[in-house]
Amino acid sequence: MDLTPIWLTLKLAGITTLLLLVVGLPFAWWLSRGRSFFKIIIEAIITMPLVLPPSVLGFYLLLAFSPQHGVGKWLQEVFNVQFVFSFQGLVLASVIYSVPFMVGPVKSALQQLPPALAEASYTLGKTEWQTFRYVLLPNIKPSLLTATVLTFAHTLGEFGVVLMIGGNIPGITRVASIAVYDSVERQDYVMANNYSLVLFSITFVLVIAVFVINKYQAKSPLG
Amino acid sequence: MISIAIEKKLKAYHGQQLLQVNRQFVAGSITKIYGPSGAGKTTFLKIIAGLIVPEKGTIINDGVTWYNAEAKINMPVQQRNIGFVFQQYALFPNMTVKQQMEYATTDEAWINKLLLLGKLDTLQEHKPEYLSGGQQQRLAILRALATKPKLLLMDEPFSALDVKMKTTLIVELKPILKELGATTLIVSHNPQELEELGNEEMLFE
Repeated sequence: MDLTPIWLTLKLAGITTLLLLVVGLPFAWWLSRGRSFFKIIIEAIITMPLVLPPSVLGFYLLLAFSPQHGVGKWLQEVFNVQFVFSFQGLVLASVIYSVPFMVGPVKSALQQLPPALAEASYTLGKTEWQTFRYVLLPNIKPSLLTATVLTFAHTLGEFGVVLMIGGNIPGITRVASIAVYDSVERQDYVMANNYSLVLFSITFVLVIAVFVINKYQAKSPLG
Repeated sequence: MISIAIEKKLKAYHGQQLLQVNRQFVAGSITKIYGPSGAGKTTFLKIIAGLIVPEKGTIINDGVTWYNAEAKINMPVQQRNIGFVFQQYALFPNMTVKQQMEYATTDEAWINKLLLLGKLDTLQEHKPEYLSGGQQQRLAILRALATKPKLLLMDEPFSALDVKMKTTLIVELKPILKELGATTLIVSHNPQELEELGNEEMLFE
């Protein structure tokens, strides 16, 4: 059994989760503060991957980043970066596809914290960033863990979106879910089963971890 | 001296009501603020702190404009050097007693002095969830004093304390407030409970 697709899948999930931690947390914080029509629109856009068929998202990404025209052509010419049929393309698609899994739980958790916590921190002379880093984030740790594990697990299971933008290039874009599909196409059910079993096991352990985290840690910070 | 002349529309059960305050507080004075629920006492404190923005008016502290609606001046809360005791304490659940104080100031001697005053010196490693209601309230008061504020805003600061603890704390708090030269505004539902603290009063109707 070629383990490259498994390794590639884990690498993709790891990088996606890391990027979403860096980008998604400040974004969730921004969304959690106040309501405006603009924020509702933004929230609706980032929630779209939850309801949109992955192939639709993949199709539009394919069009947007095609090196033949538009943004894709510009990226290719100026930075020599190509997002279509490349690993970085998979990362970009995964980040977009998994955004709601990171931002949603973190935003909800931040909104549930009493506003007086941040206010108390400001009255002690602390900036918004210090307040976020030392007061808000530590008090949503269980939700943060849940969001991280869910994002990782969700990326492991991607199929449609990565197939559309990445195709099936061994060692570059052939992740485990595509390897399963490819094996079935070739009627190699043993290989399909091997990949499926590995994916199933990893995902099951991660989902169990989420339940354990929720059982033992996800309680109100004021509890 | 802090001069406050502000207007703020408040949401009320029957629609809106107008919070209108025009008052000066002498430096170092202690003023008890009382009045019925929903009269805007907490909002008033938060307006002074810079946590809520009024629609009209000015706030001038020792000649420095903190807020001026017309001139569009609104000094950030972080720069006002105020101490604020929140009604629900607003203690940080992730920090121990000591860490809450260290988050506010790096002055170890001052921290130790305050913890001794609040009788929390033996509970320094405890997180708020392991403190009683009275201990949590004391910590909230001590944390607000940690930054050596020139203006101390206290929203029902003694409500969870028993009579003995309240009296002890008030007696020991007075010289500290004097030492800091802090102007103090205390919201209370029962002005009689604070007789030892000061005789300035302000009624919200």
